[in-house]
Parts: sequence; structure tokens; C-alpha cells
Amino acid sequence: MLYFGDLLPYSDVFFGGLITTVELTVLTTFLGIALGTLCAVLRQYGGATPRRIVASYVELIRNTPFIVQLFFIFFGLPAIGVMLTPWQASVIALTINLGAYSTEIIRAGLGSIPKGQVEAAKVLGMTFRQTLTRVIFVPAFEKIYPALTSQCIIVMLGSAVISQISVEELTYAANLVQSRNFRAFESYLVTALLYLGLAMMMRYVFKLIGKRLFSFRESS
Amino acid sequence: MIEFSNYDIIRNLIFAAQWTVLLSLVAFIGGTLVALALTALRLTRNSILQKLVAVYIELFQGTPLLMQMFLCFFGVSLLGYEISAWSAAILALTLFTSAFLVEIWRGCIDTLPKGQWEASRCLGMSFLQILRHIILPQALRVAIAPTVGFSVQVVKGTALASVIGFVELTKAGTMLNNATFEPFKVFAMVAVIYFLLCYPLSLSSKILEKKFNVSR
Amino acid sequence: MSLVNLHQVHKYYGDFHVLKGIDLDVKAGEVVSIIGKSGSGKSTLLRCVNGLEEYQKGGITLDGKEVTSEDIQVRRLALSVGMIFQSFNLFPHLTVGENIMLAPTIVLNKTKAEAKTIAEEMLEKVGLGDKFDRYPEKLSGGQQQRVAIARALAMSPKVLLCDEITSALDPELVGDVLKVLEQLAAEGMTLILVTHEMNFARDVGDRVVFMHEGKVWEEGNSKKLLSEPETEELRQFIGAVL
Repeated sequence: MLYFGDLLPYSDVFFGGLITTVELTVLTTFLGIALGTLCAVLRQYGGATPRRIVASYVELIRNTPFIVQLFFIFFGLPAIGVMLTPWQASVIALTINLGAYSTEIIRAGLGSIPKGQVEAAKVLGMTFRQTLTRVIFVPAFEKIYPALTSQCIIVMLGSAVISQISVEELTYAANLVQSRNFRAFESYLVTALLYLGLAMMMRYVFKLIGKRLFSFRESS
Repeated sequence: MIEFSNYDIIRNLIFAAQWTVLLSLVAFIGGTLVALALTALRLTRNSILQKLVAVYIELFQGTPLLMQMFLCFFGVSLLGYEISAWSAAILALTLFTSAFLVEIWRGCIDTLPKGQWEASRCLGMSFLQILRHIILPQALRVAIAPTVGFSVQVVKGTALASVIGFVELTKAGTMLNNATFEPFKVFAMVAVIYFLLCYPLSLSSKILEKKFNVSR
Repeated sequence: MSLVNLHQVHKYYGDFHVLKGIDLDVKAGEVVSIIGKSGSGKSTLLRCVNGLEEYQKGGITLDGKEVTSEDIQVRRLALSVGMIFQSFNLFPHLTVGENIMLAPTIVLNKTKAEAKTIAEEMLEKVGLGDKFDRYPEKLSGGQQQRVAIARALAMSPKVLLCDEITSALDPELVGDVLKVLEQLAAEGMTLILVTHEMNFARDVGDRVVFMHEGKVWEEGNSKKLLSEPETEELRQFIGAVL
């Protein structure tokens, strides 16, 4: 019943899709966390107006499906003159999506830093920016690192949806293969396992990076 | 060609949104039931059962919901049964929901101090008695906010049923877009309807969380 | 000459009048202990001196210059006022050495090498020369507090504010920290301490300021004040803590 032999001729299609998914993930993970960090700082320390703007952005993204965000950006924006390639639209959609979720996560980290740390930096004469980058960020990210890791993986898995606007990533590859060899279940099963592998790999890579970033917890 | 007024678009979207709501409700209830069963398995302290539950969670949390939809859709027909997009979507969303709920609830049960189990056992209660009278009442209070919070993910997850051809809110949106060539307006309206469905859930989750955190 | 001067300082938290017209003058090289019940406003007073708290009326001058809580002022102040907290507030992700070197490098723009020399010297001074590469969480409370002192000293302040710096320590660790303070006093450092250590206030301090209900209730030579209190409130306070 199940037969995987028909997939073999398409292994390079799968591989190409996998690479695209990895590229997209790496790029948007960086951009998304950067956006989330910026928004979290504004949300936590900014004035009333920036705080409200960030809060609205976060709520808007968290309460609508990613696929609708993607369609709005890819199909909707050209209607008001913003032309985007599928790749560009995907990068923007994924970044905005991860940015919103990571804003909430990172803000929790910033909030966990004791007030005394900020005061200590202040009485040593550091500027706000110095306090943020030198004193607050590392312990704050350490606190929320597991949650951030999980969120990045969730966004990576969510990227399967961008096959719908013809970005040739992993799910697109699966669709293509099953339309050629009519082995839909097998194609999707293999693809699902590839995603699972990617998710596990991401967890591992995040762990390695975390070990380096937060090495102060381990050493004597 | 048929002309669509704004009113027509909204009417069609709201009609389709009813399917989104129904799909969400059925999947959430189904997911809750499966998750309850899995939680029970997990609490038996049988290490094989616990491992199986862990693998189940890993599989459904480690793969895209979209793949799960495809696999349900094509997998069941591979077994020789006809399956509608509706049934496949329900099946996939139920499994997906249950995997996340089990994990959320485990966190809630684990936050209870170990002393609760020990004290109860010293009082001579059986496992089921401890569960029923001591653990569940406390865990439920902690679990309710994140569970309501997760329901938002379920509602959003139903959007993927559009990919396997089930006509709910998102699919209706793409169809209306094809008919009207007004993607900006149509998808903005779709987003607004999802927001109106999800935001009250997010908000109540937040309020519940505050309420139970204060009283603890 | 007066180094720190407070003139009729008033401070409110909303409706609550915390400081009700404080006058205080501290000369260079003086060691002044501020004592009083909790809630008497002594920590708030200290925090006004380095701009961590705003005050609403009156004036504070430091070396003749006005102190306000404007950020830029705090930065200028940081160059002359050091502060040590009850809860140490070392930066957990930096080693002891990095904790001390951070502000000299990024605030005073010293080179890494210069900062390192200073850090080593200061650590030596507080008796922790061998802990340079340790992380704070591996140190005892007393050691952490001495690192905090070294960190403040590395900015070469003119005056050091100490906010109940031994209150969070186990009793057996208090002595080491006080010894460092005593040595600093002997070297001529100006110290203003909020403290519960009456023996230290009497033996090392020049002057004691007793605060009560947001006012300077009584002040004077430490030995005299603590042995012959004039007011009933101070008598009661001394009776309660000794």
C-alpha cells in the first residue's frame, strides 16, 4: 500500500525545498527577533504612544491567522501599489509574525530584571542605551530563551503555508512531487518528518547558541 | 460577471465565518476530550504510556499543522475510505489541539507542589481520590487561562482547512478575491472577522490569568 | 569645606510627605551615619542625594553644584557620587572583574588595560584579589558586597553612599564589609551611611543623624549622641536596637 520508491527520483526537489525553508527560517528568525526586541523595548520603556502602537500591532498579529496575513501582504498590498515578490512577501510576513510573538516574550524578560540592576547601572553613570545593552539584555534573554526557542520553531513550522503563494520551499516541493507521482500520503509523510527533523535541529542549535551566550551560568 | 457590493462581500464572509466557528468548536471539544484521555494516561505513571504520550506530543508539535491536514486527508483515503475536507480538517485539528493541551495541562499539574501528592497519600487517599479531590480542583484553576488562550490558536488553525478545500472564512476570502479583484479590501475584512473572533478569547484569557494569579 | 549640602529638602510620594525639610551638611572626609526606624525616610534621603529620587522643594548641592534627578545630571553625579545597595546589585552575567571594569570603560572611556589595572587594585583593596574571574553568584553575600564597593570605588567617587549595605548579610559576614568601610574612612573617603550598625556608627563614624518622621530629629558627634541622647525618641530607638 505505502510505497516510497516513487519519491526517490524527486530527492533533489525535496532537498531544494528544504534548503529554501532553512534559508527563510534563518533569515526571518534573525529579523523577527530583532523586530521583537525593538518593540519589546518600546513597549516596556517607551512613551504612551509608542507603547499603544506596539500593543496594537501585537494584538493584531496574534489574533489573525498567518495565512491571512500572508495573503493580505502578497495579494492585498499590490492593490495599493506595493509590489512584492513571493519571497519578499514571505520574509515580511514571517518577520512581522515572529516579531509580534517575540515582543510579548522578550518584554516578559525585560520585566523580570530587578529594578536594582537598572539603578546600579544608573549610579555608575551608564546611559539608558548602555544599561540596556550591557546590563539588561543578557539576563533578560536568558530568562525567556526557552520560550523564544519554541516560538521560533512554531514560526518555522508555520512557514509551510507560504507554499500557497508559490515560494518553492519544502511544502511546495511536496505538493509538486505528489502531483507528479500521485503518492500524496508518502510525499507528505516524508515532508512532515523532514519538518520534524528541522524542528529538532533548531532546538539543538538554539541550545548550543544559548550555552555560549549564557555561559556565565555554567562556569565556576 | 456578477457585481459584488461591500454588503455582498461581508454577507458571504460572515456566512463562511459560521463554518470557521463550527470547525473551531468541534475541534476544540474533540481536542479537549482526547487531551483528557492522554492526560489520564500520563498520570498513570506507567513509563511506556508516558513515553508514547511524549512521542505523540513531539510529532504533532514538531510538524506543521498544514502537513497534518494533508496527511489526514490523504491518509484516510489511502485506507480506502472517502473523507471530506471537513472531516479531515476536524481530525487534524483535534489531534493538533490535543497535543498542545496535554502539554499545557502537564505544566499546570506540575506547578502544584509535590507535597500535595505526598500529604494526600499520607492521609490514605487512593490515586483517583487524590486526583479528583486534590489535584484536579487546583490544576483546573491554573489551567483555565492558558487553555482559553490556546483556543485562539485553534480558531486560527482552522484557516488552514482552506488549503485542503474546505470553504471557511479564509477560503471564502480567496474565492471572493478571485471574483472581485479587490484583494486589499477582501483580506482586510477577513482579518477583521478573525480578529473579532479571536480577540475576545485572548482578552478573557488575560483577565482569567490575572484573576487566578491574584487569588493564589 | 562642605561637600554635600541639603537645604530644606521636601519629598512627597503622592500625598505622603516623606521628607519634611531636611538640612544636612557633610564635609569632605566626614563619616556620617544616618539612623532611624524604617519608614523614617533615611533611604529616601540618600537616594535624593544621588538623584535616584526626585525631591519637590529645597535644594541639594554637591561640591557646590545643584543635584536634580535629570538623567544627564545623574551621569554627572555618577562621576562624584558612588552608591552601594542593600542587595549588592552586581551584574550576574559579568565576572567580578568585568563588573568593576564596565563603567570605567564605557562611561569614563578608559582603555581595557587601564580599567583592568584599576579593577585589580580595587579588588585587592577589598581583599578579593583572587576572585577576578569568578561570577557573582559563586560568591558569598559578604564577598559580593565587597565587590560592589570595589565597583563603586573604581569610578573614584568623592563621596560614597551606603544604603543599609550589611542588612542583607548573614551576621558572620558583616564584619568583613565593615572592615573595608573602616579602612576607607581611615583613608579619608567621605561616607554617608544608612545603617543599623550602632557600634560602627559610634566607633568609626564622626557624626550621627537620627531621623524620625521625615525630619532630622537629632544630630551630633556620634559618641556623644549615642551615649547621651537628648530626645525621648532617640532614647527609645537606641533602647530598641541595642
